[in-house]
Amino acid sequence: MEIIMSILAGLLFATGVYNLLQKQLLRIAIGTALISHGAHLFILTMGGLKGGAPPILVEGIEQYTDPLPQALILTSIVISFGVTSFLVVLAYRASEVNGTDNIEELRGNDYE
Amino acid sequence: MSNLAILPILIPLLAGIWLAFIAKKLPLARGSAKFLSILNLAIVIYIFFHVQQNGTLILEMGDWKAPFGIIIVGDLLAVTLVLTTNLVAVAAAFFAPKSLSDKQEGFYFYAFFFWLISGVSGAFLTGDLFNLFVFFEVLLMASYALIVLGGGKAQLRESIKYLLLNLFSSMLFVTAIAFIYAVVGTVNMAQIAERVQEVEQQGILTTIAILLFFVFATKAAVFPLYYWLPNSYSVPNPVVSALFGALLTKVGIYSILRVFTLIFTHEPGLTHNLFLWLAGLTMIFGVIGALSTHNVKLIVAYNIIPAVGFMLMGIGIFTETAISGTVYYLVHDMIIKGALFLLVGALAHLAGTSDLRKMGGMIHHYPFLGWMFFLASLVLAGIPPFSGFIGKLLLLQGGLAEEEVIIVIVTLVTSLLILFSMIRIFIGAFWGEKNEDITVNKRAADGYVWPIAGLLALSVTLGVGAEWFYPAIQSIAEYLMAPELYIDSVLKE
Repeated sequence: MEIIMSILAGLLFATGVYNLLQKQLLRIAIGTALISHGAHLFILTMGGLKGGAPPILVEGIEQYTDPLPQALILTSIVISFGVTSFLVVLAYRASEVNGTDNIEELRGNDYE
Repeated sequence: MSNLAILPILIPLLAGIWLAFIAKKLPLARGSAKFLSILNLAIVIYIFFHVQQNGTLILEMGDWKAPFGIIIVGDLLAVTLVLTTNLVAVAAAFFAPKSLSDKQEGFYFYAFFFWLISGVSGAFLTGDLFNLFVFFEVLLMASYALIVLGGGKAQLRESIKYLLLNLFSSMLFVTAIAFIYAVVGTVNMAQIAERVQEVEQQGILTTIAILLFFVFATKAAVFPLYYWLPNSYSVPNPVVSALFGALLTKVGIYSILRVFTLIFTHEPGLTHNLFLWLAGLTMIFGVIGALSTHNVKLIVAYNIIPAVGFMLMGIGIFTETAISGTVYYLVHDMIIKGALFLLVGALAHLAGTSDLRKMGGMIHHYPFLGWMFFLASLVLAGIPPFSGFIGKLLLLQGGLAEEEVIIVIVTLVTSLLILFSMIRIFIGAFWGEKNEDITVNKRAADGYVWPIAGLLALSVTLGVGAEWFYPAIQSIAEYLMAPELYIDSVLKE
């Protein structure tokens, strides 16, 4: 199970990086979202996957799920939600003001 | 156990919320911002002396014992950096009304300003690797909002690149934390440090160490990851640039300092030698950048990069003298970079351009500003007796003691070139024929002068009064070189 999840996380990273290297701003935003999904799945996997056990430790119970990775993922998901939505709005504004959504054309040396 | 340790995070956070509500009432917002930043500074000064006398402050949130709950660790290093942060913050709060337009101030500048301070203080104070990530995000989120404030064409263009780069490195940070959690089963820094000694396969630890270094190096602008910095730091408003230049890269350097003195000390032959190489290259490429442009804001932005190289060099040499040099330079650089960005911001505004070739003769109109700039250049380049000199002296002593001759030579040459790049601005902008076309704006200049003068005075005191500050810096270096002190203070019992 851990192996499959690791491969999945790796695939998400790979597609994310591919999208990040595109020229269109929207594709780049999608790329960052994919990378953050990959990272979140990766935390879950690294905490160890055990199905069907409660996330608590009571004396005498041997089988339990580690609650910490879940707490970490939740925090990280919320943060990447916020940043991604900010990125989409910023990309929209930037493409409107600069008249292009092609990152190749978004360079220059005029610093106002 | 003391609630004092959380105040430097909590006060700016609440201040930001209060200022978000009154953002449109400008006189009230300005007054509140000034008052709250001074209040915060006063509390931090109290905490600093408290820590100096009674030792590390530790707060276990909700009384969850150390390795399990969230902890805030106010040791002397963290508290010193928080104090410096707040000194820069007060200067920025007084400079902001002069340099921002009313509209920009009304768009929640002060709220994001305080949230930035809260994030930076949190990053210094946290004792937990995951919370370091969270505070990084707090300060980055505030910085995203501040960098686009005003919404100019170039600003929007550069802030996209800034955001994308930081988003990518944050995701790598999360991945690195997941690796660490898989290997040692904890995210508490003290416990990681303790368990790292017991891990049998050191190879995986080195891999994680380099991955974490990559993340911090991106934020700190180390070669070859500095390419995002100059443009994105030169486009926003001067007061925002000053905050970024003074605080954000230093958080990256602090993280490298903390993680590579506390946790990953198992293979210094590989990691710390890599730092030395990168430090040298960072200095060379940074200063070449500073010499390559005529834009005054870009010159100062490029000058951040060699400073990062100096600090990384101290971590690379990894002796007590070199580490104390890094800490000294860290404090010095936060103050002087804040002052310099404010200075060139004021200069560019008064001259009406940031192109060096179009300026000239400014010293006839603004003598005080001109001489302050000259003084700041000397402080930055490390001319004795100013503070840059003391930091570099300690670094060079450390380097020579370890017989790292090449890096010492690179440091000296770089310092000379830094002085050259700064004096180029002084000669180009301030010397020359009196230009009668410039509309002299004495009132604006007077408003600019005092916050900058305050920071410069601090910087000069830090150099001239080095004998007074040095014992504190030295005890920080001793403390950093003995990681068991940190571990014991967090995981007591």
